[in-house]
Amino acid sequence: MADPTTAMPASAQPRQRRRLVRDLKAMPGFTATAWLCIVTLYLPILVLIAFSFNENRSVVLWTGFSLDWYAKALENDGIRNAAWVSVKIALFATVISTIAATMAALATTRTKKFAGQGLVYGIINQPLMIPEIVTAIATLSLFALVKKVTGLTGIGYLMLAHAAFCIPFAYMPIRARLETMTLTLEQAAADLYAPPLKVFTLVTLPLLGPGIVAGAMLAFVVSLDDVIITLMIAGPGETTLPIYILGAIRRGITPEINAVSTILVAVSVLLVMLLFLVQRRMQR
Amino acid sequence: MSGREPQSALAAAIEQNKRTERVTRAWLLAPALTIILAISILPLGITVVYSFLTPGTYGGVTWEFSTDSYVQFLFQRDIFDDTLVFNSAYVSIFLRSIGLALGATLGALILGFPTAYFIATKPREQRNIWLFLITLPFWTNLLIRTYAMLLIIRDEGIINIMLMKAGIISSPLTILYTDTAVFIGLIYSFLPFMVLPIYASLEKLDFSLVEAGYDLYANRLKVLFHVIVPLAKPGIVAGCILVFIPGLGAYITPELLGGGKKLMIGNMIAMQFGASRNWPFGSAAALILMALVILVLLLNALAARRGASNNG
Repeated sequence: MADPTTAMPASAQPRQRRRLVRDLKAMPGFTATAWLCIVTLYLPILVLIAFSFNENRSVVLWTGFSLDWYAKALENDGIRNAAWVSVKIALFATVISTIAATMAALATTRTKKFAGQGLVYGIINQPLMIPEIVTAIATLSLFALVKKVTGLTGIGYLMLAHAAFCIPFAYMPIRARLETMTLTLEQAAADLYAPPLKVFTLVTLPLLGPGIVAGAMLAFVVSLDDVIITLMIAGPGETTLPIYILGAIRRGITPEINAVSTILVAVSVLLVMLLFLVQRRMQR
Repeated sequence: MSGREPQSALAAAIEQNKRTERVTRAWLLAPALTIILAISILPLGITVVYSFLTPGTYGGVTWEFSTDSYVQFLFQRDIFDDTLVFNSAYVSIFLRSIGLALGATLGALILGFPTAYFIATKPREQRNIWLFLITLPFWTNLLIRTYAMLLIIRDEGIINIMLMKAGIISSPLTILYTDTAVFIGLIYSFLPFMVLPIYASLEKLDFSLVEAGYDLYANRLKVLFHVIVPLAKPGIVAGCILVFIPGLGAYITPELLGGGKKLMIGNMIAMQFGASRNWPFGSAAALILMALVILVLLLNALAARRGASNNG
């Protein structure tokens, strides 16, 4: 007796196969799951943004549109100070980390492979590999020691800590850009007797520009959004916007928090969209 | 004889060139390496030292050698006769954290794999839009995203209100400040980390292999698990690691959604440097967390090497 599968009518099998082949790539339920992911990722943020425009004090019941909470947030001295501290730290961290990352990227891509290259990559990416809470308490321990020995205090500690964890984020797009750039133009310039410094400032740097801009924007966003490291090492009067928001949430939920949060989200989203455009131009 | 002179001059010039390159490279690398070594790696050494010291009365440390931090992790010293009694409090926090991080990894995989596959099978232009939509939340503040999640899963949140209006439930479901809330929050926080690496490996998938599977009378499920999943394995493994590691060290999610009652390792460590004022114990706990992370990475590296030698 033949096995039941071969006993099936011969015509049934090819038909079934053809139907499957027509939508070769389709998998049942996968489209729905993808949409579920998008809804999960965006619904909470959209609800938060919507209620920042609510006229009522409630973050639950919609009563009407108003910008009152934004006005309140902008008048709040605590929020204004925190925003200023955030911007100061982010600007410093961006400048330092982007310069350091650009130099490191030039060293790791524009010279021949060297012994210890793996170690260098490891060190540069180290802040990405260790849980943030570990970096936070370790940095706190170092700074406590330095403060005790030198007696120095101030916002400089926070700025340096931010510069350190921003380096790998600034490094990634700059290195990616350098790897796709051919050496042809730089060699042509050198052949035409341009001294190395001129080759760098007139050829390499302008070509590398979009990569540096992308790196700087990532560093700025990452610094602006940091919570854990800042929370552990910030001294009095060094409250950044995210730390202010965390404190406010602990005190109680108000639409004012929604308004500040919306502003911070808007800044990040705008920067990342700009970055996306820069990178699309780079690909062309 | 006369030929040797220019040759050695050439060799010297090449040698000189190499030396210049080395010097330039060293100067270019100096700032980045100095900053990271001084502010990110040196502190880890200090943490190791601190973990063997005695806590100071007002935080900080007293410079007296002690292994109490590691002992305290497993045992409690009896006040009266100084004997050690096993104490499961800290071990259970670690186990809870590992369980929650594993659960979140699995949840993110179940949601993330189909999403990555869906994106990889879209036409190129649409793919970029989907990828942008998946990446964007990663660049928005995690604290704010967690706060947004808190708003919608509260007892008076939009989910409960909608379920009650629809008549599915009569009283609000308590989600906030439970393990479920932390679990949902972790998936929500780290989902993009799962989707992106799986997408990267599925994007290169050769669909003629899928076609071959169907030609050989495999059904959809068989093609999925015997053709697509094995080919996407590097992406799946990378995604799982990228969700598990930050999940294990999470601070914000359990802090806000667990209400500070449902502790994870991250909060426990932060507490030792805050209210509990036990820096050495916090340092020891942080090092144990780091050891766990390194263990996961090592296991992954070993498995990858074995996989490579099997294929080779």
